[in-house]
Amino acid sequence: MSEEIIVETQGLTKSYDGVTVVDHLNLRIADKEIFGLLGPNGAGKTTSILMLLGLTEPTSGTAQVCGYNPTREPLKVKRLTGYLPEKVGFYDNLTARENLKFIAQLNNISDAETGSRINELLAAVNISEVADLRVGKFSRGMKQRLGIADALVKKPRLVFLDEPTAGLDPEGINQILDLIANLPQMGTTVVMSSHRLHEVQKVCHRVGILSKGKMVIEGSLADLGREALAGARYRIEVETIQPSSQLVDIVRGVNGVKKVESKGNLLLVSTDSDLRAEIAKIVVQNNFPLIQMKIQEFTLDDVYMKYFHEG
Amino acid sequence: MITIFRKELADHFTSIRCLILFLLAFLVSAATLYSAFLGIRGTAETEFVFLKLFTTQPTGIPTLFTFVNFFALFFIPIIGIALGFDAINSERSGGTLSRILSQPLFRDSVINAKFLAGIVTLSIMVVTTVLLVSGYGLRLIGVPPTSEEIFRLFIYLIFTIIYGAFWMGLAVLFSVIFRRIGTSLLSSVALWLFFGFFYILMIAPAIANAIVPTADGTAEALLRNYELQLALLRFSPNFLFLEASTVLLQPPLAGTLLGVIGVIASGLAGWMIPNPLSLSQSILLVWPHFTSLVSLTLICFAISYVAFMRQEIRAT
Repeated sequence: MSEEIIVETQGLTKSYDGVTVVDHLNLRIADKEIFGLLGPNGAGKTTSILMLLGLTEPTSGTAQVCGYNPTREPLKVKRLTGYLPEKVGFYDNLTARENLKFIAQLNNISDAETGSRINELLAAVNISEVADLRVGKFSRGMKQRLGIADALVKKPRLVFLDEPTAGLDPEGINQILDLIANLPQMGTTVVMSSHRLHEVQKVCHRVGILSKGKMVIEGSLADLGREALAGARYRIEVETIQPSSQLVDIVRGVNGVKKVESKGNLLLVSTDSDLRAEIAKIVVQNNFPLIQMKIQEFTLDDVYMKYFHEG
Repeated sequence: MITIFRKELADHFTSIRCLILFLLAFLVSAATLYSAFLGIRGTAETEFVFLKLFTTQPTGIPTLFTFVNFFALFFIPIIGIALGFDAINSERSGGTLSRILSQPLFRDSVINAKFLAGIVTLSIMVVTTVLLVSGYGLRLIGVPPTSEEIFRLFIYLIFTIIYGAFWMGLAVLFSVIFRRIGTSLLSSVALWLFFGFFYILMIAPAIANAIVPTADGTAEALLRNYELQLALLRFSPNFLFLEASTVLLQPPLAGTLLGVIGVIASGLAGWMIPNPLSLSQSILLVWPHFTSLVSLTLICFAISYVAFMRQEIRAT
């Protein structure tokens, strides 16, 4: 990741018939970064991507993508960006190779370069064997793989991937996530929109959560996790019987404990390190039965659920 | 734009739809040519014999099935609609529109290329069909065309292409407006049936008869009724083309300036007093038809263009 900013928006807003779909979006994405755009259906993810690609005009606000304004200079932006739509479509009567060649021709890529580039990409997404079959015979997963190759055929500086792993089997998901994780090394910045939070967590350097058109939180995964779990990294669940407020206070006094909540027979303890031994000792010393303890590192789901509900 | 144009053209010529249309053109040409040959064999006329290949039927067969009438009422509208009814909405529903438009090209390149490829395909079909009829007709009747007949056929070809472009423009317009392919196809077919049949055969005569009744049977009432009917019929693109075709390819009939309406249904052409118009007079007579058809085509295309440019492009 470099310090250069490749996507920057200020107050980017889009309304349809008076309904605001994207509301004053302020976004900064660094060069060679993998940025995850999260949010429920209708949160404004796709509309934001379309505005950044110059495919739809913002109602207000400005955007800079690869140094160009996508509203005023859409061709320059499109020359440098790739896009995998959520519902990617191909010409069923053409083969996979012909579909990619068509996109290469639209980008004025020379025939000599196109052939080798297409072969590389087909191999990268693992569909070389079916490269000369008509796309009409492809499964959803194969089309999705082809879609990723399609978005990368012009060697974009920035690629927008809308649900890149939709329709793929677990093995395919891992392959594609590995490919995405390697894109920054090849000089491509990635903006990835997905509902699959564990996948986003696996590859993204930073994420932003959109809810009802607004960016409710944005930052690195570690920062967001700390914020969601009161600045802590772990959550320890302590199951006992009717924990008293006195016990809550005693546990809160353990060094390294950030937050303690009581829920029925459970104590939910947020910590920065694994403090299970210390907490167990204190619970037992205070004559509370210790039924079981569980520790979990924060997940993006925690962050997502917290901000989704807040949004 | 040239990349999309080439792809569209390749798609047209490799599609089953196009193959069926070519097959239909071949069958229609063969059938109309054979019956025209039978019609020509039974007459002793010497003027514009070659053009009769496109306009004559033997006695007893409805004149609706001459080459010209079949082209005007059936074949050209069908080709135009077939080439345009899913031009844009198929790209949208197939998810290819957002994929293409995210490439470095202007949005209007897509609709321009599709329209241009459609016109080229249409032109090739029309020219091929007319050449087929001309070639085989020449062998059958053994009378070569005069230079005037060649000119008339050439102008007729231009008219036919513009007329087909109008139907294609209309179908493209519906493909931009309606997201469902079925809806755009049905809308185009409905308009074709309305203007091609109901309006010409029923609605326009009914309106004319209601406004200027001919019950008293006076010559003045009949003439006024006829003039009104003609004016109303000219709102139909099918009639405009049919009238222009008659003037261009049936100069003796056009010279009477009568019976163009009757040609469609009653087969009265044989009863007209021959009074052929010269080529320049014919061109003068069809010039308003030409400009009207060009205007209608441009209006359809312009509305499609503006609607397409203003539409939001969503992947889903």
